[in-house]
Order: sequence, then structure tokens, then C-alpha cells
Amino acid sequence: MSQLSGRQTWLTILKRDLRIAARRRSDALNPLLFLLMVVTLFPLGIGPGPDILARVAPGIIWVAALLASLLGLERLFRDDFQDGTLEQMCLLPQPLAFTVTAKMMVHWLLSGLPLVILSPLLALLLSLPVQGWWALALTLLLGTPALSALGAIGAALTLQVQRGSSLVSLILIPLFIPLLIFATAAVENASMGLAVHGQLAILAAISVLTVTLAPLAVAAGIRMSVN
Amino acid sequence: MTQVTSTNSSLLHAEQLSSIRGGRVLFENLNFSVSAGQLWQVSGPNGAGKSSLLRILTGLLEPSAGAVYFNGEPLSQSWSEFCQQLLFIGHKAAVKSELSALENFHWQQQLSAVGTVDAWELLEKLGLLGLEDELTARLSAGQQRRVALTRLWATQASLWILDEPFTALDVQGIALLQQRFVEHLASGGTIIFTSHQSLTLSELAPEKLFLDAQGDAL
Repeated sequence: MSQLSGRQTWLTILKRDLRIAARRRSDALNPLLFLLMVVTLFPLGIGPGPDILARVAPGIIWVAALLASLLGLERLFRDDFQDGTLEQMCLLPQPLAFTVTAKMMVHWLLSGLPLVILSPLLALLLSLPVQGWWALALTLLLGTPALSALGAIGAALTLQVQRGSSLVSLILIPLFIPLLIFATAAVENASMGLAVHGQLAILAAISVLTVTLAPLAVAAGIRMSVN
Repeated sequence: MTQVTSTNSSLLHAEQLSSIRGGRVLFENLNFSVSAGQLWQVSGPNGAGKSSLLRILTGLLEPSAGAVYFNGEPLSQSWSEFCQQLLFIGHKAAVKSELSALENFHWQQQLSAVGTVDAWELLEKLGLLGLEDELTARLSAGQQRRVALTRLWATQASLWILDEPFTALDVQGIALLQQRFVEHLASGGTIIFTSHQSLTLSELAPEKLFLDAQGDAL
């Protein structure tokens, strides 16, 4: 019997989910539009003075990014759970903890990566000093994988809950705090021309830790929900 | 235990299975052995635990007590091999409503690692030709069920566990599926399914397992 390699299975799931996302573009676009609108509201609310805006910009962008990442999370596994696809994923010869990483990757490609790409625009809107731009993009690049990984845990744990989105937020926001602290510190330091290696290294460490360990928790959560 | 000897000859063996869901005992101390090449029909009134039993047999659901053995080994130990041999179509058919019938078929085929199956021939056989590009969300329940059942024609799995496969199918669909059962059994395959109706094809003589709502199995 020919057996599919793990890589092929992983790619198949990735491609299928990207195609489904392409059929439902609004699901991926809405969080990004939400983020853009929240960020544009701040200059209107607290005045366009660049000195104030530049000081609060890292915090605003990162808080908005955290909230935007929560928006689409509920649907990460829900549709697959309801139509039985998750059951079939449990029954693949490959370990579930491995196959769910494909779904986490799709989530990052649709929510994390666009943030990195949009970050110069966000920085411009909040008149962040130019020397902070690359730090903002880097913190987003290093931090958003952790958002997808932690978010997947929350989504897997609340599959059985009707309207679990508020519960997901309650579970996840405390877990996002370290990310927020180190990411904003890095952007602030970079804006003032200070070294940021320490904060970036910690962000990278958080991402590596969550991306490697979260799949185990996600798989356990899914098995519990399917049970 | 005394049953251990019998597990060696059977493909799938249930030993002292019990299931308690929501404080209700669905069944208790259920013992049976399914040998390769057999057809098993699980029947019983609604809520008797048919679906739960099938999900326990696939390992998706943990039994409250007892264990399932595959080729004489507990499921958890033979899991990878078991998954390769198993084709499970549950109550939820795993048909993605955002994809067309053809895309659903291709996706399932890729994950089940089957070589070349002519998709068009199969879609024609199942009466889905002309609908292949339609999103499955727009198909009728019976047509969606047919999309799910395409997996049965493009699989190398020998053990089929099917939860209510005949639901929503019309008379022709039911006949087609039973014909496929005959082919699969003839090639040495094993089928366990739940259904309320009895099979109409005379070649098919299922072993019967009846679950009654009082928690006994006959």
C-alpha cells in the first residue's frame, strides 16, 4: 500500500485550506480592515501631534494586532469540526500534532504575514520614527507565529462551546502579555536608536517555544472535543 | 482474560466495551469479533449508541470501559497501521461546502494516497456529472452524501466503518452502494455499518448486532 509522506499530507492540507480561504475572502480580510480602522482612529481621537502619536504607536499597533488576531480564531477549527473534517484528520496515519501545524501555518499566512507587510503603512499612519519601522516589522514577523500557535490552542479548547469567541479572548489575552511587553519595548528602543537584540531574541524564543509545543496541546484539545 | 485467544484470529475485536454518555449507560460489557471479509450491521433504536459504538471502534471515542483490538493488538499500539486500513465515514460526512464535488474528491483522494482513479468516470457513476463544478453547499443532501461516498470507490482501505451510509440516498443510490459493498467483500474487505433498513441485495447477508435502548446488546 502506498503511503503518503508526512510532507505531502501537510502540503495537501495547506493547499486545501488556502483554497477554502480564497473562497471566503472576507474572513481573512475583515480582521485586517478592523486593524487598519482601529489604527486610523487614534490620530483622530488623540490628535495628530507626532510627538504623542509616536510615543503610543508601538502599543497601539500591537494591541490592535492582538485583537485582530482574535477575530478570526473562532473559525480556525470550527468549520472542520462541524463538517467532520477534524475527525478525518484524527484518523490520518500521520500524528494529529503534525497535521494541525498545517492549519496553524494557514492561519499565520492569512493573519500574521499580512500584518508584517502592512506594518510600514501602520507606522506611517501613527508617525512612528523611521528608525523604528524595521523593528516594528521584525517584532511582528517574530511575534505573530506565537499568536497563531497560542490562538490555535484557544480555538481547539473552545470547539465544544457555543459562541466560544469571548471565551477564547479571556483565555488568550493573558498569554499575549509577554509578547506585547517585549515587542513594544523593542519598537520603542529602536525609535530612540537603542539596541533591540535582547527583546527580539526573547520574541523569537517565545515563538519557537509556542510553535513547537502548541501543536501537542492543540491535538489534545481536538481529540477531547471530537470525543 | 479468556477472550485473548480469540483476538488473534479476528480483525477487530471488542472486549467488554461499555459506553456511558451523559450519565446514561448506552451499552455494557459488549464482546464481539469481526473477522476479515465479514459484513456487520449495527442496528437499534435512535439513541441506542450505534454511532458511539462505531466511533469507539475507530478510536475517536474512548470507551468508558473495555478495549478494542486490531489484529490482536490494542488500537493505540497498532494505530498507524489501523489508520491506513481504515475508512470511516461518520454521521458528519467531511464534505467541504466551499469546495466543488470534484475538488472534494481530489482532496480526499490525495489524503488517502490512492493512485489513479478516473474522477470523471466515478462522478458519472454516482450521478454527479454536470454538477462537478458546483459548490457542494448548493447540492442537495443526497448529492452531498454521494460526494462523501466517492471515497468508497477510490480507496485501498480494507476496513470500512460507515455510519448510516444510506441516509438521504435515493433508491438507485442505495442499490449502487450495496453493489459496491458486494465488490468490497468479494475482494476480502470488511464492512461495519449502521442502518435502520435491511439490505435488499440477496448477496449481502450481514452479521447483526442489535443495541436496544436499555443498554443490552443482542
